[in-house]
Amino acid sequence: MVNIEIQGKVYPPTAPYLVGREKVREFARAVLSEAPLHHDPEAARAAGYADVVAPPTFAIVVQDATLQQLLADEEAAVDFSRVVHGDQRFSYTRPIVAGDELTGVMTVTSVKQLGGNSMVTSSTKISDASGAHVVTAISTLVVRAEEAAA
Amino acid sequence: MTAPVFEQLVVGDVVVERDLHFTRDALVRYAGASGDFNTIHYRDDIAKSVGLPGVIAHGMLTMGAAASPVAEWLGDAGVVSDYQVRFTRMVPVDGTEGADVTVTAVVGVLDAEARTARIDLKVVFSGQTVLGKSQLVVAFN
Repeated sequence: MVNIEIQGKVYPPTAPYLVGREKVREFARAVLSEAPLHHDPEAARAAGYADVVAPPTFAIVVQDATLQQLLADEEAAVDFSRVVHGDQRFSYTRPIVAGDELTGVMTVTSVKQLGGNSMVTSSTKISDASGAHVVTAISTLVVRAEEAAA
Repeated sequence: MTAPVFEQLVVGDVVVERDLHFTRDALVRYAGASGDFNTIHYRDDIAKSVGLPGVIAHGMLTMGAAASPVAEWLGDAGVVSDYQVRFTRMVPVDGTEGADVTVTAVVGVLDAEARTARIDLKVVFSGQTVLGKSQLVVAFN
């Protein structure tokens, strides 16, 4: 069971993540997107962006660094082998663009326990190098109950 | 594809429908691109040892790929300002056959003042919905 005491806990900011053009293209290919804004810097500039624009779920790459903090936190006691992704949300102030240097700060917003399962909801605020908000990534992880001893 | 025009959208319209084909290669590619190297996405023996039918797709691959037809439809007419899903069923990806997933994107809500459209995604594998409450909000320029 996940420690309910971690509700409200705020983790330290993650090391800055520099969004690379080729990483954006690689991620876009991986999610089967051929949208020119993800691949072609000229198309992105014509649309008013400094460089290629990341697909909407790209923020998971930055959010993941914060989720790793949660999984490594002994106080939280999250058993990774029992974790299932329950839901996911990204709320953007502006799209992520290659060249952005992003930092995430995660808050555990809720820990619920139900029939031996635990549900941990976390909210990661992702900001650029100027400190301006880019996207908030919210995840609920379900940590399944351990099987009863036979 | 011609760029969509906000004023021409009608609630209930299907804006895009697409068949996605997931293969084991696609899972490996997503693992590398995202950094999610959980072994249940490429090793049948480990997937089975934790009670799965075999290798399953990353939920985040399904979420990401489901948004791609909408991004291609949207072009540079606007941006995705919000995207949420609930993971309701897993998508097993067979080593030889792969897995076929269908995405249907429908206009759910229009906000004329904010110039936003909520696009609701229906994502189906083997006759069953795999993402629940799958909603994208598109902010038009």
